[in-house]
Amino acid sequence: MYTDPRQRISRGFDVRLIAVYLALIIIGWLAVFSSSYDPHAATGFFDFSKPYCKQLIWMGASILLAVVLLLIESRIYQYFAYHIYVVCILIMVAVLFVGTEISGAKAWIKIGSFSIQPTEFAKCATALALAKFLNEGKTVSERKNIWFLASIFLIVPIAITILQHDAGSALVFLSFIILFYREGLNQDFIIVALFAALLAVVTLMFNEVYSLALLLTTYLALWFFNRRNKKRIIRYSILLGVGIALIFAVNLAYEHILEPHQKQRIESLFGRTSDPSGIDFNITQSKIAIGSGRLFGKGIGNGTQTKYNFVPEQSTDFVFCGIGEEMGFMGSLIIFGLFGYLIFRIITLSEKQRNPFVKYYGYGIASVIFFHFVVNIGMTIGLVPVIGIPLPFISYGGSSLLSFTTMLFIFIKLNES
Amino acid sequence: MYNNLQNRKYIVVGAMAIIMFILLCRLFYLQLIESSYKDAADNNALRYITEHPDRGLIFDRKDSLMVYNEAAYDLMVVPNELREFDTIDLCKTLEIDKETLIKRLEKAKNYSPMIPSIFEQQMSKEACGSLQEKLFKFPGFFVQNRTLRSYPAPIAAHILGYIGEVNSNTIEEEPYYQMGDYIGISGIEKAYEEELRGVKGRRIVLVDVHNREKGSYKNGKEDVKAQPGKDLWCTLDMDLQKYGEKLMEGKRGSIVAIEPSTGEILCIVSSPSYDPNLLVGKDRSKNYVKLLRDSVKVPLFNRALMASYPPGSTFKLANGLIALQEGIINTSTSYYCGGGYNIGNHTIGCHHGGATNIVAAVQHSCNTFFCKAFYNIVSNKKKYKTIQEGYTAWRNYINGLGFGQKFNTDLPYELAGSIPTADYFDRKYSGHWNGNSIVSMGIGQGEAGTTPLQMANLLCIIANHGYYIKPHIVKAIGSKDNPNDQFSERINSGIDAKHFIPIIKGMELVMTQGTARLSNVPGLKIAGKTGTAQNPHGRDHSVFACFAPSDKPQIAVFVLVENGGWGGVVAAPIATLMLEHYLKGETSRPDVEKNILTMKFY
Repeated sequence: MYTDPRQRISRGFDVRLIAVYLALIIIGWLAVFSSSYDPHAATGFFDFSKPYCKQLIWMGASILLAVVLLLIESRIYQYFAYHIYVVCILIMVAVLFVGTEISGAKAWIKIGSFSIQPTEFAKCATALALAKFLNEGKTVSERKNIWFLASIFLIVPIAITILQHDAGSALVFLSFIILFYREGLNQDFIIVALFAALLAVVTLMFNEVYSLALLLTTYLALWFFNRRNKKRIIRYSILLGVGIALIFAVNLAYEHILEPHQKQRIESLFGRTSDPSGIDFNITQSKIAIGSGRLFGKGIGNGTQTKYNFVPEQSTDFVFCGIGEEMGFMGSLIIFGLFGYLIFRIITLSEKQRNPFVKYYGYGIASVIFFHFVVNIGMTIGLVPVIGIPLPFISYGGSSLLSFTTMLFIFIKLNES
Repeated sequence: MYNNLQNRKYIVVGAMAIIMFILLCRLFYLQLIESSYKDAADNNALRYITEHPDRGLIFDRKDSLMVYNEAAYDLMVVPNELREFDTIDLCKTLEIDKETLIKRLEKAKNYSPMIPSIFEQQMSKEACGSLQEKLFKFPGFFVQNRTLRSYPAPIAAHILGYIGEVNSNTIEEEPYYQMGDYIGISGIEKAYEEELRGVKGRRIVLVDVHNREKGSYKNGKEDVKAQPGKDLWCTLDMDLQKYGEKLMEGKRGSIVAIEPSTGEILCIVSSPSYDPNLLVGKDRSKNYVKLLRDSVKVPLFNRALMASYPPGSTFKLANGLIALQEGIINTSTSYYCGGGYNIGNHTIGCHHGGATNIVAAVQHSCNTFFCKAFYNIVSNKKKYKTIQEGYTAWRNYINGLGFGQKFNTDLPYELAGSIPTADYFDRKYSGHWNGNSIVSMGIGQGEAGTTPLQMANLLCIIANHGYYIKPHIVKAIGSKDNPNDQFSERINSGIDAKHFIPIIKGMELVMTQGTARLSNVPGLKIAGKTGTAQNPHGRDHSVFACFAPSDKPQIAVFVLVENGGWGGVVAAPIATLMLEHYLKGETSRPDVEKNILTMKFY
């Protein structure tokens, strides 16, 4: 698989993406290793019940998978995109009935001592299916109701993951909105959505009085500036009604739909409760771990916070704690650099595609990876509520690693063709 | 439109870059600027130390200390913080073997790898001192202070009760408790657990890998101070209790003394008893099993509240009162006693003879009189058509006098006793019974079962001329000025005050010229009644009930000595010694006291 860097990008596999990928999985393994390796363990180094050993197997499997993906004919993805999507969705539905429950989410299939989460693969399948859908027939801007139809591809997996009590994964599917926006989703829609999100946050942080005040002020301002345009005023008035409904819906959802632990996470983020032994405790420990890393970190294997289990889930969702603690701010910079480059590179390559299918797919996976990255890191440093989604390529866990590998290498293969 | 969409590429990339930059800024702040994490940089960890509040003290009615706390030290372990350490050294210091060490570590790990568990309980000050010097060698271990109950005088074990570690069921039901916490298991400790325990506090400290405390977390902002438990003043008179237990040494039975005007229990002795100090500390469970298995003395059994005895002749007082209230007799009614009461071919004997009125009947404990009276109450055809109705009316009076039910105050594990219902006799006699079938109830034999506490309460009713206040054990909570008034309600017995006068008169004559004249105390006006409860398993129980001074009662005492024989022999001297001790502070009859002390029944 020799590639000459001087050749045009579209003529070979993108070595830079592969290099970034390898760097990330190696750092990931180091982080998992240092948080789960116990030098005093009686079983020695190769203890396959330990996460770092299992992860080694997953890495081997991923690299094998990557090679296979690079060898497969790339046209099948476009051809079979819907089939793959449907199969993934069917498996997810099946999991709903026959799956195993792990930390509250009934989203896993158990095979021996390994557990697989089909949702992870559904993200990749959704990216393929959406790419195919947007690429069909006329151009995007000429099709009616396209964004409404496209969003059905998201609503199905979102509904299933919510039924699986896996709200974190459900949110991930919303990241495809970035792709929609890039391809022409009305800007107003995004603005309205962001404003709705702002209202929800204000409602949760303070109370509905503040958010109602905010909504009314905005409405009156808009009304004032557009008072000659009757059409707009009607539109704003409708939005005002929707906004009021939303505020009460948020309150209702908060009181009745959210599960207690999710409520607690939101309350904790907004500083409503102080409970250092519960959910706050996790965040506090996570922040101490990262904060105590300073500039260069304590060195691999020397992180006491992560190693001695002060940080919960320190090899899966909170894996970044170990990196922050043991590699310090330099480690954080490296991770940000690698992810930033990965995402930027995928987008740049996507923009150069002649086949829009590949471009859409590239944007889709860039959005997913970006969302995972921001939410995962944000949660470990207390900027985002605790949503249990893994850090791509880094977190311990086969499903996550295999699915992100698939996602990336399908793109590398599509890009090459 | 096309251009617009082209720009969106930059907007997307730009927005992503800005969001990532914000995250990076936050990391920059956390990792390089914020100093609290820099302070926490030296391998710190948060440790939650539970501050155990001091359990409330227990005083007697005269402010003498009955229960206090003594410091003890628990060695705690947090399995997740364990590193390699010199196990032999630790075993040696604690004097345990390696298997025990491994077993305890396993247990702690199973409970929780993060939450501290008790590794070694209640070390002495010395053992703790030598351990503390080398504690730094054993990361994951730390010492937690604790208090143990201690009893200056080894008395009132049953009533004070004891505390012990909570079991897992309680932990599940009441989240306040954690493994290793103590909880009142019996007696006052159980009844007043919430008042005595206080509220636990919590201190969060930062500790380093060497297990040394590095100061408080957030300057103690998250710490919660422990609130000490409330002190209790119980109604017991420690001095009287001590004296009662001394008199009962070597005898099985109980003494209950109550202040009639308040229902406050002055002393409650159940013998054989045990030293409450045995159920404290490391050897608690060992000692407990030993006490539990002692089938000869049965020391854990509280006879004063949980033993149901045939009440014996003291029950005649109740029957006399009911007969008067029902109008079956009046003060001038007299029954002829020909040395017994005949039921068909069977006779209930009587040591006494001649025409007898109520006063004399009490004085001489006349069986004939009370059998006749009882027969006439339950067979009063004018008022009750059937024997069932008549008996039920009598039973209602008896219930009104406090029998056949629990008082449900702050006393532990009370027995209700048993006063059979009319249905019971219907079944027993297949519906064919009359007053004579059950006439032995009239003299306190037969099916009735009462506890010493209920008998003492009957005396209070007599002393109060008709009412009682439920007997209880705690006088004040928190401070002496804060009386425990949950149990201050006067309960009417259903007998009019005037009917008590002849009964008390008779009881006074018991002391001066009657069955207990040998136990009379010169200079003290006592109203008393002997009893001899027939016991199918052996010698009769010796029973005596009295109160004094009879015109202005301050104390009512009920004494039952199992297998003590006739009431005048053992129970009466003990009861009158108690009266004297309480009212005069000394005994005028040292020979009687000496005699009692030498009596042994087991």
